[in-house]
Amino acid sequence: MPFILKILWLIPVLPLLAAGISALLPRGSRRLSATLAIGSMFISFLLACSAFMATFHASRSVLNFSWFDLADTSVRLGIVLDPLTVLMLVMVTFVGLLIFIYSLGYMEHDENFGRFFCFLSLFAAAMLGIVIANSLLLLFICWELVGLASYLLIGFWYHKPSAAAAAKKAFIVTRLGDIGLFLGMIWLYANTGTLLFYDNGNGCLEQSALAKLVAHTTIGGMAVSSVIGILIFCGAMGKSGQFPLHVWLPDAMEGPTPVSALIHAATMVAAGVFLVARVFPLMSDGGSLLHPAVPLQVITWIGAITAVFAASIAVAQNDIKRILAYSTVSQLGYMMMGLGVGGVAVGMFHLITHAFFKALLFLGAGSVIHGCHDEQDIRRMGALRKYMPVTFAAYAVGMMALCGVPLFFSGFWSKDAILHAARHWPVSIVPFVLGIVGAFLTAFYMTRQMHYVFFGQKASSQSAPPHESPPVMTIPLVILAACSVLLGFIGTPAWPWFESYLSGEPVKFQLANFSATAGLMLFSIIVVSVGLGSGYLIYRARVASQALDPLEKSFPALYHLLGQKFFIDELYAATIVRLNGSLAKLSDWLDRVIWSGVVSAIAWVVLALSVFSRAVDEQGVNQGFDQGCQTVRGSSRLLGLWQNGQVQRYLRVIGAALCLLVLLLLWGCS
Amino acid sequence: MGVLMNSLPLLSILTLLPLVGAALLSFIPPEKIKFVRRFALATALLTLGLTGWLWCHYDPADWRMQFAERAVWVPSLGIEFHLGVDALGLLMVLLAAIIIPFAMLASWKITENPKLYFGLLLLLETGLFGTFTAINFFHWFIFWELSLIPAFFLIKLWGGPNRTRAAMQFFIYTLVGSVTMLLAFLAILSATGICDFVQLADLARDGELQSILFAKLGGGLFKTREILGTVLFLGVFLGFAVKVPLLPFHTWLPDAYAEAPTGTSMVLTGVMSKMGVYGFLRILLRIFPDQTRAALTPLLWLAVATIVFSAFAAFAQKDLKRMVAYASINHLGYCLLGIFAVAQVTGTSVNGPLEKTAVLNGVMLQMFNHGLTAAALFYFVGILEQRSGRRSIDDFGGLRKTAPILCGLMGITLFASLGLPGLNGFIGEFLIFKGVFPLATAAAAVSTIGLMVTAIFILTLIQRVFHGPLPGGTSSANSGAVDLTRTERFTVIPIITLMFVLGIYPQIVIALTNPTAVQMVQKLAQ
Repeated sequence: MPFILKILWLIPVLPLLAAGISALLPRGSRRLSATLAIGSMFISFLLACSAFMATFHASRSVLNFSWFDLADTSVRLGIVLDPLTVLMLVMVTFVGLLIFIYSLGYMEHDENFGRFFCFLSLFAAAMLGIVIANSLLLLFICWELVGLASYLLIGFWYHKPSAAAAAKKAFIVTRLGDIGLFLGMIWLYANTGTLLFYDNGNGCLEQSALAKLVAHTTIGGMAVSSVIGILIFCGAMGKSGQFPLHVWLPDAMEGPTPVSALIHAATMVAAGVFLVARVFPLMSDGGSLLHPAVPLQVITWIGAITAVFAASIAVAQNDIKRILAYSTVSQLGYMMMGLGVGGVAVGMFHLITHAFFKALLFLGAGSVIHGCHDEQDIRRMGALRKYMPVTFAAYAVGMMALCGVPLFFSGFWSKDAILHAARHWPVSIVPFVLGIVGAFLTAFYMTRQMHYVFFGQKASSQSAPPHESPPVMTIPLVILAACSVLLGFIGTPAWPWFESYLSGEPVKFQLANFSATAGLMLFSIIVVSVGLGSGYLIYRARVASQALDPLEKSFPALYHLLGQKFFIDELYAATIVRLNGSLAKLSDWLDRVIWSGVVSAIAWVVLALSVFSRAVDEQGVNQGFDQGCQTVRGSSRLLGLWQNGQVQRYLRVIGAALCLLVLLLLWGCS
Repeated sequence: MGVLMNSLPLLSILTLLPLVGAALLSFIPPEKIKFVRRFALATALLTLGLTGWLWCHYDPADWRMQFAERAVWVPSLGIEFHLGVDALGLLMVLLAAIIIPFAMLASWKITENPKLYFGLLLLLETGLFGTFTAINFFHWFIFWELSLIPAFFLIKLWGGPNRTRAAMQFFIYTLVGSVTMLLAFLAILSATGICDFVQLADLARDGELQSILFAKLGGGLFKTREILGTVLFLGVFLGFAVKVPLLPFHTWLPDAYAEAPTGTSMVLTGVMSKMGVYGFLRILLRIFPDQTRAALTPLLWLAVATIVFSAFAAFAQKDLKRMVAYASINHLGYCLLGIFAVAQVTGTSVNGPLEKTAVLNGVMLQMFNHGLTAAALFYFVGILEQRSGRRSIDDFGGLRKTAPILCGLMGITLFASLGLPGLNGFIGEFLIFKGVFPLATAAAAVSTIGLMVTAIFILTLIQRVFHGPLPGGTSSANSGAVDLTRTERFTVIPIITLMFVLGIYPQIVIALTNPTAVQMVQKLAQ
């Protein structure tokens, strides 16, 4: 067992301790909280790097331990060290570290500065916990804690009703998915008897368990493994904002921008993609190259739909962060599609590159918002390239990486790998087509955004002039920009280091691989150019900052539909939210009227019975008794006459009786 | 020391300790309020200390009733004085011993006849201890009823505006259940001459109980064994179903919890609701296994209905106390779901016993955890009410600004109640679902709606009370919302700490409950 595995647990635990300590600190200790958070994250980053070194030699090692007893066995948790874990560890700690540093500047004036770093550390701890978990149960625990951290951070400015509502929405919508994950987890537990992923051949992702799962069928003739896979994917859908559970992610932009960058762009939302990658053996269980397993097909379709759906909404948004949020949803769709059609390496590569360039874009957007005095509406910006040159340059790199501008930007390589795999998907060509449409839309909406924010004319409504952000914010931007370019070169078709690293094979340099993908690459370059070009042509003409969006002018109905996000929120409000409210009212009514009514009815029956028995008592028993009494009383009154205490009467009666007796005796004797 | 302690009738001492305290309390002059409170609290803490000693000296490896005491009482009727605890009983005793001082601290400020109030709480504690340690029906029933009386007066004398109705409803509901239970047990006693739970359970397991009962009591209305068994089962069932409560016998609960003074609500939900669950587990399931099995489907779905409807009903409440009361019904619904699922026949399935053990461990944990969480929630709602004089969900807002510590700690409690992993609520629910899912898949799946709706109403509560702007725009409207005082913090922090400890390292409880759970499953084996 490598030494690093023994101390791997420190990576999540250090930020957790930092969070715990700063939660107990008084509110004023700003500097200490920030130091703890950044310091612990830095150590975790160093540990992650040394773990990275360790994975070059051994492919996978696990450390399992018992959490608590259960019957004569125990419930076990574990941590795993493999390339997948380490990639995520390095990415999360590195991007996290940069964003923590950036937050020093961005949150400087906030009164709850210390609390912010406490929550950020909690998030980092939970996210790193997901990554190193070798047990679906431990993963689920950290998964929920990530949800909590996200909830706390979205609602960080809790006095704003919109932020409070967005936080609640995020938690509830993801919880909806988590219920699926929970069911999938206990089902898996029931069928395999373990939740450890890898356990020397006894883990639930290992051959014997997978064979058992695929052999059983359940409702509708589906293999148990497929049903469990789809249930687990429900959790991933919630966290990674896949259609139709994407609704919370754009609203989550109510949180401070570093939160949007770290949680709702780079790391947490990717947790769903990571989850699918982690349980990939289960997802692909029972499938073959020509007939992918059912869960993978579901993942592909959902991902492809999400990619286009969210990209089209992004076209008609005006909030700088919301555009990026929908872009994130769309890119998460690509990642899912990548997992579905191409496997772990393809999806994960896009996850990693996206984490860097999307964090860059969000931090750039934060810099813009900061420089424009908390303005988020792109219509009220313009010509910012003159005022914020560093931010502009970095943002432009991020934008080009996202759009997939060829050769020099990481997004190009990772997106191309997905499209290439989708092109050869045996089930259907449609996901590929959707992917191409999405690529076009991405290039288009990013061009639109760039034009609004950095080009055109300075908006007249701006009061104070915009200013460049301080170095503590721009330096992380520059570093991220550098990564957004360089990362592309670890996953080119000619030198697929990334894929080889994940599969544990030595990497080969083969220039010939380019020729196999050259045609598709050319095609996607054309698509991206068309997107960029049409964006440029349409928005070039827009000069006056008050003018309507050119798209809105040409297609008002479509623009409205996109601007209102296909009315999905309204659809939810009219169906699920209303159903929930009605059921609540119904339950309350049942309690107040029916159950209480039954009890009241019983009470009434009892009361009626008592009234009746009283009547019987009064009329029957009592009256009879009364009559009896009357009789007795009458007779006693009569008798009472005999003893009314008048001595004269007694004497008179005695005298009379005596006379009578004498008379009788006389008569008798004669 | 150890030998001496072991030779003492510890459970009797434990049960009598609060009673003696209550008796001594009556000699204190009523105007010495401070002394009254301190004396009562000292008694409760001493009791807690003794319970802690028992906890440490309980031997998990030994599955039998421990600290047992046995004495012949009324030999002609088969009545023995028989005390003992297994992990279930001990856990409940510990819960009662924790919640009673907690409730006393929550009632510290009571001005109206505090002597009687604290005396009744101690008397209630005696009733609870007696219930959780008795093994013979006779004195078990005495304590069961004894706990009802102080609770009634606590609601009736110190309750809210509708206290008379609530107290009456509470009393009569529970009493009806008790009467049917008493009748059923009298029938059993007259037929078998046994009223020892363990002996009855052994008889029932062998299937002899039904035959004996039918031989003695059959005929007339009770034409078959099944009818007779079912009637007796229903009598006992009603007693427990009201107490927990199970839908549709629950309508007394929101009124009683909402009208009771804070400290009493805490004991009602924290411990007294567990009496019903305890009864299901210790008595109904053991003495009537066949009948439970026969009625399994309706019972399971009643539990599911309890879970789902009470969650939705909680969402519909405006009054925070009523909301927490419904949440309480919801959480105990999971316990009942688990208990009924354990009665499921698993036949030759290899995993059956394992799943049942998981469920029973989960149920015991859930009972304990719910006791802590629900009592703490009532404590916090009580503080809110005391500060502002109001307790509707619409009366607050932005409380995090004025009372951050209160919101932080109450938030932790709310998330524990929601079942967030890392806090105590999760483990119980996880184990229950883990076991129930293979035993009764559909019921478990539908019950997850309850998990969902719980999240919705708890987050709505947080959103309305903690978040958003201050109501009325001015701070004067919320001036009552002062943050927790030092005393209040010290009162609640041990409970919160316990929530974390149990959430992170449940082994400290499971180490005790697991052997008991294994034992229960073996005895139920079918």
